Amino acid sequence: MDQGKFVERVLFLLALSSISSLVVITVFIFLEGLPLIFQTGLKDFIFSSHWAPTKGHFGIGAMIVSSLLVTIGAMVLGVPLGLACAIVLAEFSSARLRAFLKPTLELLAGIPSVVYGFLGVIWLVPLIRNYLGGPGLSLLAAAVILGIMILPTIVSISIDALTAVPDIYRDGSIALGATEWQTVRRVVLPAASSGIITAVILGMGRAVGETMAVIMVAGNAIKLPASILDPVRTLTSNIALELGYAAGRHREALFATGIVLFIIIMILNLSATLITRRR
Amino acid sequence: MSRRLHPRVSQAAAKTLLWALTGLTLLILIFIIVNISIKGLPQMTLGFLFQDPQDMGRHGGIFSTIIATVYVTLLAIILASPLGVGTAIYLTEYTREGWATRIIRFGAECLAGVPSIILGLFGFVLFVMKLGFGWSILSGGLTLAIMVLPIIIRTSEEAIKAVPQEYREVCFSLGLSQWQTITRIVLPSALPGITTGIMLSVGRSLGETAVLLFTAGSALRMPTTLFDSGRTMAVHFYILAREGISMSNAYGTAAILMISILLINLAAYTLMQRLLKRYS
Repeated sequence: MDQGKFVERVLFLLALSSISSLVVITVFIFLEGLPLIFQTGLKDFIFSSHWAPTKGHFGIGAMIVSSLLVTIGAMVLGVPLGLACAIVLAEFSSARLRAFLKPTLELLAGIPSVVYGFLGVIWLVPLIRNYLGGPGLSLLAAAVILGIMILPTIVSISIDALTAVPDIYRDGSIALGATEWQTVRRVVLPAASSGIITAVILGMGRAVGETMAVIMVAGNAIKLPASILDPVRTLTSNIALELGYAAGRHREALFATGIVLFIIIMILNLSATLITRRR
Repeated sequence: MSRRLHPRVSQAAAKTLLWALTGLTLLILIFIIVNISIKGLPQMTLGFLFQDPQDMGRHGGIFSTIIATVYVTLLAIILASPLGVGTAIYLTEYTREGWATRIIRFGAECLAGVPSIILGLFGFVLFVMKLGFGWSILSGGLTLAIMVLPIIIRTSEEAIKAVPQEYREVCFSLGLSQWQTITRIVLPSALPGITTGIMLSVGRSLGETAVLLFTAGSALRMPTTLFDSGRTMAVHFYILAREGISMSNAYGTAAILMISILLINLAAYTLMQRLLKRYS
């Protein structure tokens, strides 16, 4: 075998092992978690909110709902803020300001999630407790912190989508007498919509999967929240809070929680990829 | 009856609102950095950096957690770099776009989207329990390696693609083999970009908590072998803050973490910009 072929084989093997880590993770999580879902019954597992691992009750309904609510809350805050930043930076600001602010916002994606959670506990939770009531550790606190955490993702991808719209579109619109804002709203935003939707979906993925910051500010009570001021436990928090001491069926139940989380994330990623590809 | 606003008026209103929201976003981010720096920087003395934690971290410094962080990060990078760079070379230099590249690229994207708690769960049961590595630097490094792999693949691919096609053509015309072309011309030219990927991975590893809490554990002793448990800075910070052990030490640890991550990311970004500018 000549050297070229040999090198190609080795590189192919490296590429294959990179990808196999994903396969191994997927197989592993499903093998460990599926038996429990079948024993409990898919319906009970997903829809029941009765979680008492030591007594053999495994229902993650409340956590699924909490995860979704926290994520929706994060989007309500993060999408308008992020999109506003993206529009301002891509359309209304000077190139120099953009060249400075875009990387600045992206660098902030590097701030560890525990730091966000910590500041949430120190600043946000007392604010909520004192001015809105409730324990402070709440769905609202988690949503606000996550909304801030997903900003870099949303801003960065949306800016790329907006700047990818050719200038001819803008020029044409302005030439027809539209104002800058009309151009942005009626021409640029629709043209960039698939990229912006991708940004939102990836932001959602980040919010659903975030763990440490949520544990610190969400309060972690296992029940369906009646208001946004109630404490909640998300899917991710459930795994992280109990993994340290879980054994046997209890641990399997955490893997089963992981399966649900995994499926949600994969659906989000898949739709983001499909939308990007269609473009 | 509602009346349509004049386009100029609605433009002014929209712009004001958008700028206000942008300003608010920037204020939040500035607040985070300033708050952590003001409270944390005064803690950052030589003693804090170079003394081991005492009394669960209530007193003393964070030296052993810095060392544990360095160990797991180093291990993750050593494991993930050859794999990631090799994958990137294969994707860019050895294959045409086809089903194989599409699957590999899609796999890398999915891997990048896997939440860290899932990786922690996986690493805990496979490395810590099944393979018997226990809570250790080894388990932590292995799991982190999987986490940073997609970052290294993506940036290396981008860097290798940025090297102009002419470079390769000149090499081939001089009679170099493909492998010689890659090792002598393409990789050296792409090196800054590949380094960027590695630096971003270091940044990501420094701040990671969910993965390491369950794979490297939280022992405060100085780790001496691969099989010792080690508490990294991020995990230490989490435990200090969550259990209310010492707010001042928590702030100090957070400041060191945040500042080192921001500096590393900044350097990585600058490096990549220079590479892209050179070849564009």
